[in-house]
Parts: sequence; structure tokens; C-alpha cells
Amino acid sequence: MSAAELPGASPELDGFVLGERIHAGPASDMFRVRRRAAGDVPLLMKRPRTTVGAGAAALIGFETEAMVLPFLGGPHVPTLVASGPLDRAPYLVFEEVEGSSLARLAEEAPLEASRVAELGAAIADALHDIHGQEAIHLDLKPQNVLIRPSGAAVLIDFGMAHHARCPDLLAEEKRFAAGSTPYVSPEQVLGRRTDPRSDLFALGVILYEMATGKLPFGVPQTVAGLRDRLWLEPVPPRALKPDLPPWLQEVILRCLEVDSAKRYQSAAHVAFDLRHPDQVPVTQRAARSRRAGVLAQARRWWASRPAPLREPADERAAEAPVVLVAVDTMHPDDPRHPAIRDAVARILSLSADFRLILVSVVHGEPVGGAGTEAGIHLEHTIRLRHWVEPLRLGSERRMSTHVIESLNPAAALLDFARHNNVDLIVIGAPHADLQALAWWRSVASAVTANAHCSVHVVRTPRG
Amino acid sequence: MILALLSDIHANLEALDACLAHASRHGALRFAFLGDLVGYGADAAPVVERVMEHVSRGAIAVRGNHDDAIARSPRYMNEAALQAIERARDSLTAPQKAFLAGLPLSLREGAMCFVHASAAAPERWEYVDAESAALRSIGAAGTTYTFSGHVHEQWLFTDLGERRAAKHKPAPGTSIPLGRHRRWLALVGSVGQPRDGLPSAAYALFDTEVPALAFHRVAYDHLAAARKIRAAGLPEALAYRVERGV
Repeated sequence: MSAAELPGASPELDGFVLGERIHAGPASDMFRVRRRAAGDVPLLMKRPRTTVGAGAAALIGFETEAMVLPFLGGPHVPTLVASGPLDRAPYLVFEEVEGSSLARLAEEAPLEASRVAELGAAIADALHDIHGQEAIHLDLKPQNVLIRPSGAAVLIDFGMAHHARCPDLLAEEKRFAAGSTPYVSPEQVLGRRTDPRSDLFALGVILYEMATGKLPFGVPQTVAGLRDRLWLEPVPPRALKPDLPPWLQEVILRCLEVDSAKRYQSAAHVAFDLRHPDQVPVTQRAARSRRAGVLAQARRWWASRPAPLREPADERAAEAPVVLVAVDTMHPDDPRHPAIRDAVARILSLSADFRLILVSVVHGEPVGGAGTEAGIHLEHTIRLRHWVEPLRLGSERRMSTHVIESLNPAAALLDFARHNNVDLIVIGAPHADLQALAWWRSVASAVTANAHCSVHVVRTPRG
Repeated sequence: MILALLSDIHANLEALDACLAHASRHGALRFAFLGDLVGYGADAAPVVERVMEHVSRGAIAVRGNHDDAIARSPRYMNEAALQAIERARDSLTAPQKAFLAGLPLSLREGAMCFVHASAAAPERWEYVDAESAALRSIGAAGTTYTFSGHVHEQWLFTDLGERRAAKHKPAPGTSIPLGRHRRWLALVGSVGQPRDGLPSAAYALFDTEVPALAFHRVAYDHLAAARKIRAAGLPEALAYRVERGV
């Protein structure tokens, strides 16, 4: 008999007083609990419905969550307070997250493009955070996302998750390791559980659903139906909702590429594009108005048959840094420019994929106005384009330019870097003649001291 | 209680002492030696002496194929390995040889089984390097936990039921919970002759109460150990392996 079924009021388990059952799922129940000792933090307890004796397979999800969550922290995952051993009294106790379920928000789909982008960027931030902690969620769906009042996303239910430092109990599990059928990625259908880009596919399904009110692949009921994902192209969202902006279709369809190498390579890049629609490089994906022709789809289906999806050479190559370069376009003749460009070239040559962000902070009040200010913006944007031209990045897909007006350049750079998941800031060292007196006052020193990420300070040889 | 699991020391005193010190710093109160105290390295007698001291104070020890070879040289060993065995045979005292010959092939204690190679047939020195071999060893051990060496690499296997197992490459220093409701097999790596390209000594710490297992790598003076192998006139290949961890 479980503690919850004990007669009388306030049953207890390991010092937790059980309250009302707030959720009854197929595999587990969720109760409100409080600590007998003290503490007013609202807590939730998740208890599996089966016991070890009833079949260990049903408990694998619970066990996986109990194993993975202690490795995770930060604002985008629930805080695990305690867990009970599976052989005695299995349970997980979390701090309750204040927020609303994305499933409830998605009920009102189709949502405005700007709202879809806002929610999508929040989820991408959360994915970027857990991917950085060596975890892959692998069961991303609206029911497993909570949106805090601040707008930040929290991912819940890590029962399908993979963590690089934990044994993967689901690695050999072919029957139910594939997450929820509408959202699962093609590689998961084939049993692969070590590609972080699988979460980006699921994010693409969520974006599609929020933007159009429809699921791109429906709700497959059979394995054969699920395998369609290895070749089937979804109806372009703009065919369902003609007023959907092309940039959003571009982002969604890029997330939904069958081959994970053709998707975004990092959740941070998705977040960036969703926050900067004007910088999304629009390709033929955005222009599609219907699925590929019967012949093209048949070709893809045939190609998917014998050995569908190539094995990724190195999934860690999915580490694609976001590099921010501070470019002082106010002083285009500054001798530091070529040195900074050389440093950037060296850094980019080390990454299989990257996102390069060029930022110029110009002196002024941070207001997005019209008239002359727009003219100033354009002038500096053009200077940034000239600056980056010698790097010959070819397509502009991986690069964006931003002109920010601010009276405090260091703060503006740091703020921009933090909000865009930047991994590395490249910035010029202060002028030699300033070094003795004003190093502590320079932008570079303020950025170096306060950045949330690494900073590469470029120095020119004294001329 | 924290139990240190040390295997394949292979007469490398520097590596053994570094691991013992590391284990003590991390609260180890008990030690288990999973075989191959001798062979390959230059310090067979001092290593056996160290282990005998620990066993007299309650440590666990089982016999490995190199320990076994002291009494009778096997046919399967290569020339370099045999040379090291012959050298050890000359340097070990009679009580030390008797100690090695008297070690059990496997040992069960509560929920744990200790065996150098596979619990399925310890005397055949099978390499437990694949899921199928791991399941055979787990099945034969019949215990929740099986701790082994012999392969010179660190791996963790889990019995998933229905003849399936998960194979996990552990990250050094990470504590992995090993729930009692499953059966686990851990290959703890080699203290004295790691072969994965890193010269650092490998061993593991098992916290029996949590229960959780942490695999560790310990940097030690591997160049000194290699120098001793050369100075003893043992084959160059044996010194090279310790120097490079290959």
C-alpha cells in the first residue's frame, strides 16, 4: 500500500506530507507536498504508478529522470529537492515552478508570428542551456514546457532524456524510447539518442503548431506512420496561413530538416533568428508554397529505405559557437581593425559551424527613431558590411550586423551578448596611448571584467 | 562506506601509491584488489607486499592471470609479458608467491562479486568488453554488483533485462548512482598500465550507502615507473606503454 492510500489525513513519505493529487498521468501521479520540518516553498512529488515488481520497463522513464536531473541546474529545469530509491519508495520531489503550460498557450494557436517567435526563443534558450550541461531532452512537446511569468521557459519531464555522464537506460529500448509521436525527430525513430539537434526538430514542430494551429506530421499511430518522418516533407506553414512571414517559415522548415546536419546546429542560433527576424537569411525554404512534387518525394522515400540518414561524423560538431565582434565603426581607420579581423578569421576556422554577430555601438540615446537616426544606422550597417567583406564568408547565412545606440558601449555590448547566448566576444584592446591612464576605464576592460562568456582581447603590435 | 576498487596494478608501485593516496583523501575505508598485481612492471615484490598488508587488515583480493602465471607460465602470453613474469618470479619471496597462489579467482560479499575477468568462467580469463560477455558475467555472479578488471579500460554495463545491456563510457570524477533494483558490472580500468592514450592511473570508488560509483584517473610519476622498467632490463615496449598510456 502506498503512503497516498493510507487512511486518515496527511499521509507522509520520508518527511514529506502529501497533499492533493494535482495530476494523474498514465505512468505517474503528481501530488502537492510540504516538508514536515518547515519551509514554505511549494513542492511537488511525482510518484510512479507501478512498482519494480510490476515490470521494470515501465519505471525506466522515472529512473532516467531521477538519474539525469541531479546533473542539471539553472533556471530552465525544475529544482530537484529529493528522490526516493526505486527498490523501496520511488518518488521525485521538485520545487513547484510558477508558470503556465505551453500546452495551454498553444490551444489558442494560430498565434501571432511575434508571439510564436517570443515563445520559441524562450524554449530555444532553455534548450541551449541544457545542451550546454551535456543533456538532450528528447521528449520536447508543449506539455513539457512551462512559461514563467518572466517569459523564460522551463523544461519538465526528463524521462526520455539522455545525459553524457549517465548510463543510457533507453539506448537499447526500441519500443517506447521515441518520445511523443507528433514531435519526435527522424533520427530518434531510428533509435539514435545522442544528437542534441533532435530537440531542435521537436522545437520546429512546436513552432509549426503554434504558428498554424496544425501538426506538421499529424499524430502517427503506427511505426510505419512514424517512419514517414524519414522522408516526408511537411506542408509549408505559409500554405496553411498565408500571412505567416517568410522568415518564420524559414526558421520552422530549417528546424524540420530530415538530416540533422541541415538543421540549425545550435539552439542558440534558433533563438537568435527568432529574436532578429530582419536578420534571418531567407532561402528557398521561405518561398515554398507547397510540398515537393510527387517525384521528388518518391526519390527521398527511396533514398531513405536501405540506410536512412547518414551517421553523423561527430555529434559534438553540433557545438557551433556564437561569436560577437565589437567593431568600432565610428573610427574606420583605426589600426586595430585588421588585427581584429585576423583574429576572427582564426577563430572561425576552428569551428565547423558558427554564428557571427557584428555589433557597432554608436554614441547616442538608445531610441529607435526615424529621420536622421535611420540614416546613421544605415551608414554604420554599411561600414560593418565593409568590415566583414575581406573575411569572404560567402553566403551571409551565418552572419548578422547590428548597430546599437548607447551612451554606455560596454553595458550595451554585455547586454546584447547575454541576451543572444554569445559564447565568445572579440574586442580590440584600448589604444596604446590610453593604456597607462585609462585601461580601467576602457570598454575592453569593462567587457572583460563583466562578461558572462569568454572574451578575446585583440592587441596590435606597437607601431 | 567507501570502497576503493583497484585492478591491474601490474607491479607499478608509483601508480598504486598515487591511487591509494587519492582514495584515502576521498574517504576510502576499504580496498578491493581485482587481480594482476604483478606482470609488466618493475616492482612486483613491493606491490605484493603493499597488497598483503592491506589484506591483513581486511582488504579484498582476487587472482588475475598474471598472478596465476607466477606458479606456471601459460602458453598464451607474449614474450615481453613472459619476461616480466620470470623477473617477478625471481624477485618474489616464497610467502609472496604463496599469497598469490592462494588468492581466490572470485569472491562474493553481500551484494558484490569481485572477479578479475568474467564471473562466468574466471579461470578462462575472458575479456568482458561487449554487452553479451557482460551479461554472462553478471548472470554467473548472481549479485547486484560485479567489479572486474582485465580489460584495462573503464566501462560500466547495466543489465536492462530481456538479454539487453547498456554500455556506458564513464566520465572521470562523475559519481553515477547504481540503483539496487538493477544489476551492474563495472570495469574499473588499470592502475599500472592504462591503454587509452592517457598515462594517468585508473581506478574507482564505490559508495555502498548511496549507492554510487565514481571512476577516477590519477596523475602520477609515470615517467619514473617507465624508467624503472628500463633500468630493470625489461623489454622497451613495456616501458613505452607506461610512458604513453597505450
